[in-house]
Order: sequence, then C-alpha cells, then structure tokens
Amino acid sequence: MSQVALDVGFVPLLDAGPLVIAHELGFAAEEGLELRLHREPSWSALRDRLLWGTLQAAHMLAPLPVTLTAGIGGMRVAVDALSVLSVNGAMIGVRPELAERMGASDLDFLDAFAVGRALVAAGGALRIGVPFPVSMHVELLHHWLASLGDGPGFELRTVPPPRMAEAVARGEIDAFCVGEPWGSVAAEAGAAQLVLPGAAIWRFAPEKVLAALHDWTEANPELAAALMRAVWRAGRWLAAPENVGTATEIMGRAEYLDVAPEILERPLRGRLVVNSRGEERRVPAAIEFFRGAATFPWRSQALWIAESIARRIGADRAALRSAARSSFRPDLYRAALGPAGADLPGASEKLEGALPHRTEVASTLGTLLLGPDSFHDRRIFDPS
Amino acid sequence: MNPKLSIAVVEQDRERALMIVDGLRDAGEYEVMVIGDVTGLARRLAALAPDVVLIDLESPDRDVLDALTMASTPTDRPVAMFVDRSDEAVMRAAIEAGVSAYVVGGLSRERIRPVLAAAIARFHVVARLRSELAATKAALEERKVVDRAKGMLMKAKGLSEGEAYALLRRTAMDQGKKLVEVAAALITAAELLK
Repeated sequence: MSQVALDVGFVPLLDAGPLVIAHELGFAAEEGLELRLHREPSWSALRDRLLWGTLQAAHMLAPLPVTLTAGIGGMRVAVDALSVLSVNGAMIGVRPELAERMGASDLDFLDAFAVGRALVAAGGALRIGVPFPVSMHVELLHHWLASLGDGPGFELRTVPPPRMAEAVARGEIDAFCVGEPWGSVAAEAGAAQLVLPGAAIWRFAPEKVLAALHDWTEANPELAAALMRAVWRAGRWLAAPENVGTATEIMGRAEYLDVAPEILERPLRGRLVVNSRGEERRVPAAIEFFRGAATFPWRSQALWIAESIARRIGADRAALRSAARSSFRPDLYRAALGPAGADLPGASEKLEGALPHRTEVASTLGTLLLGPDSFHDRRIFDPS
Repeated sequence: MNPKLSIAVVEQDRERALMIVDGLRDAGEYEVMVIGDVTGLARRLAALAPDVVLIDLESPDRDVLDALTMASTPTDRPVAMFVDRSDEAVMRAAIEAGVSAYVVGGLSRERIRPVLAAAIARFHVVARLRSELAATKAALEERKVVDRAKGMLMKAKGLSEGEAYALLRRTAMDQGKKLVEVAAALITAAELLK
C-alpha cells in the first residue's frame, strides 16, 4: 500500500509526544500515512509554515486556532483544532532566591492560593517568562494572579521554551510558566525552583492541539481522519505506565527534544524534582495524553479560552466566541474516532470546573470517567 | 517627502549581519541597524523604533517579535508581520529564503517590497555560505581524526603511512562503516586502554 506523506510541525516539548510516537511506533503507517516531522524553532515559524502550506498539520498551543480564526494578532485564517494532544504539563518556577523568600519548600505544591500568597508576601514586581503571547500559560497565569486580590504587579516576557532556564539564570526574568520538560530542565540546572504546576490552577486544562488549516481539513477529510486516529492511538500508548521508559528514550533523542530520558520521566510519572537539591513533589495528572477524554476537543474549553482572552485584551467577545465554536472540531473527532473505538461523551460542551472528583458521565460505550477538572478558585465556567 | 526607512536586522552572527546590511544598502537609501545581542530584544526595539525588522525565520527569538504584534497599550507603535497575500510568490520566496519581516506603523507595501526582495536575495547567499562553511569544517575535522588514528597505527604496529591508511580503509569496508567512524573508534579505544 502506498503511503501518503504529510509534513507535520512540532516545537520541542513533551506534548509533541503523540506525533512523535505516531511516527516512530508505526501508528501513522498503519493508517497509510508517512509523517515527515519538522522540528520548528519557534511557534511563529510553525504557524507561518502551516499558514503558507509547507506544513499540513501541526502541534499547536490550544488558544492559537481560536485567535487565528478570530483574526487577533494581525492574521485572520481559519484553523481547525482536530483533537487535543495533551492536557496540563505546564510548570511555574521562580528564581532560587525568590523561592527562598517565599519559603517555597514548605508550601503545598498543589495549593495555588498558598503559593500565590507567598509570592505576594515576597514582594516586588515580577517579570514572568512565557513561551508565546497566545498560550494557555498566559491565560492560566492571569487567572491565578487575578485571584490573589491585590496580587503582585507583573509583566510577561516572551522567552522560547528551551531558553527559559538560561533567561532566569541570567536574571532577565524572575519566574516562568513553561511546558515540560523545560521547567524540569531549569530545576535540574539549579536556575529555578518549581513552585506550582499549571494543573494546580486548572486541573484539566487543554494544553496543545492537533491543528490544520480549515481549508485543508475540508479538502482532505479522509487524511484528517487518518491522522486523528493515528495520533489518538499514539496518545493511548503514551498514557500507559508500562510504556514510559520506551517513550522517554524516543522523545529524548537529539532530533526530538535532546533531553535526558531521566528528566522526561518526571512529568510522565508525576514525580517532579523541584530544585537542584533533589526535593520531589507528586503531581496527579501532571500531563495527560488520554485519560478522562483528554483528547476530546470540547467546545466549552475553546469558549473558556475565548472569554479569557476577550477579558484580558479587551477584544471583541462575540467574534472570539464564534471563532472558538468553529475552530474546535468535536464533530470531526466523533466521525473519525467513534468507529475506531473511542468512548465518546454524550455532549460536546460542558460546564468547565464542575467536577471535583472523577465522575461517570453519559458516553457511547458507557465507560467514560471525566474529571477532576476544578479551578483553584472553585469557579465554574458555563459556556452558554 | 518620505523620510528614509529605518531597518533593524536581528542577527547574532556578525559576519552574516554585515552581509545582510550590505545587501540592503545596495538596494536603496535605508538607515540600517543591527541588533546582535538578543537579550531584552523587545526593549531594544522599542528604543530604536525601526520601521521594519528583519529576522531569520529559524531564529527562536522570532516569538519575541511576534509578542509585539499582540501589544495593545496605546503608546505602542503597532507592529505587524509583513504578509502580502496578494503576492503569493514573494511570500513563498521569503519563507524559502528563511526571512521574516515585521513592519511597524502601517507602511505601504510598495515601500516594503524592495526591502524584502533585497533581504531574500541576501539571506539566500548567507545560507549557502553557511552550509559550505559547515561542510568544510566537518571535512577538516574528519581529516584530523583519520590522521590521528593513522599516527597511532604507525607507532603501535610499525607501519608506513600508506599501510596504516590501507588498514583503516580495509577495516571500514569489512565492517560496512565510514573510515572516520573506524578512526574515531580506534582513538576512543586507545584512550580507554591508556
């Protein structure tokens, strides 16, 4: 059988895993696809190559299809989020001196209020590094810092993920919020102490999506479905604890992340080493590739993103909401993955943050458990 | 009436930066500056306030520039990435040459196009020179490794230079490896046995 070649872009992060595994372990080949993976130096380069057609699909920050579709940031191009690649996986870290002043080592690593209060008490304006201005990192930081009342003054600086450790070590930033493994890499190097996982702000935050141009998806429905199936199976494989060792060996290779497998294991096993003294913290669902319908592109997640951005930058709320509804594609997900054996939820929108515990929900196969998905401030987001 | 366009080139490699600057100066009356140190790139750009910023598509610092397109405080000069949808060929040429341009303050595309055209031409030349340089360096490096291995064989086994080379080449062929790999393996093994 001849294989169809697809050029797919990724940025070196652990959550590119489903694409790498789909290629390396033959899930793509089983669907008749040859994935040509391109490691991109920046999110803007990846976006441009997708927009100009040199890539057919890409690993993408979850809010980016929404803002591109809405035309925020100068370009208006309809981009589809075919599925969610990963949930959670971001880490917040601070300079070691700041961690010392906060008494970070004695705080509950999962208590966003306690860590936030300590940060306020430590005083001073914060320069916080984030990988890209349109990202869950930015939205989660705003959600968290705004909840602290008279919180710390802060300024966001864009720093490419692999340079986060260097930026904090050179004193260009005081803190960061970055996707793994780059938080763990900074902690390992002694440049920063991890103080809070993104999952402590929102316990089930969509992080990256599988994206393609809307026009491409429309013109190539079979290819899009094949790619979704391959990536979904790769996510299921990645989520199995017995595969962690193999996964880290593959992901660690020079052409992918070029990071020691031992460091990649930490987020995958939910055992983070938070500083160079080797202090360890357990994080449930530190990064999710499958469980709890992690890969389902909920319209309500997209709407949370739209509302959050609209509030933050004062953009047109109706336009963002409409872009959110059209860019996340649960309809395509259902059509492609139902026949492949995915247990599909009964609805495509839900209250976000309403499940404090793992909860059984209506689904096609009757086995689906969702949550916990709470926000740290117990707020519940109603998408309607 | 139009004042000279000011162009900032973000490039850490000095030689490369100078070549791009020369190319732009040949193309027209521009005020060209180079930002070589990317630390605090956003602040530097704010201070220089150029009309156009050129940056390598492969540079990880592009995201810093991109962040400026999201800046929304009224005092900021608006920055946009230059995308000319009416001219597919120019954009394709730019992406192939690996150049991206950011434009400050709503300049007309007629004024940007010649800048972009000159940048595209120069980025191509620079990319070619860079890969040639890398290839030359690698070849030199390989020769050094082979020479060292040859020297070790000559000393240890009392061979002539020609015999030592022949032995290395024969071993490489037998093992289906490159000559330089066999030479490197020999050097590593010899260091372990010291």
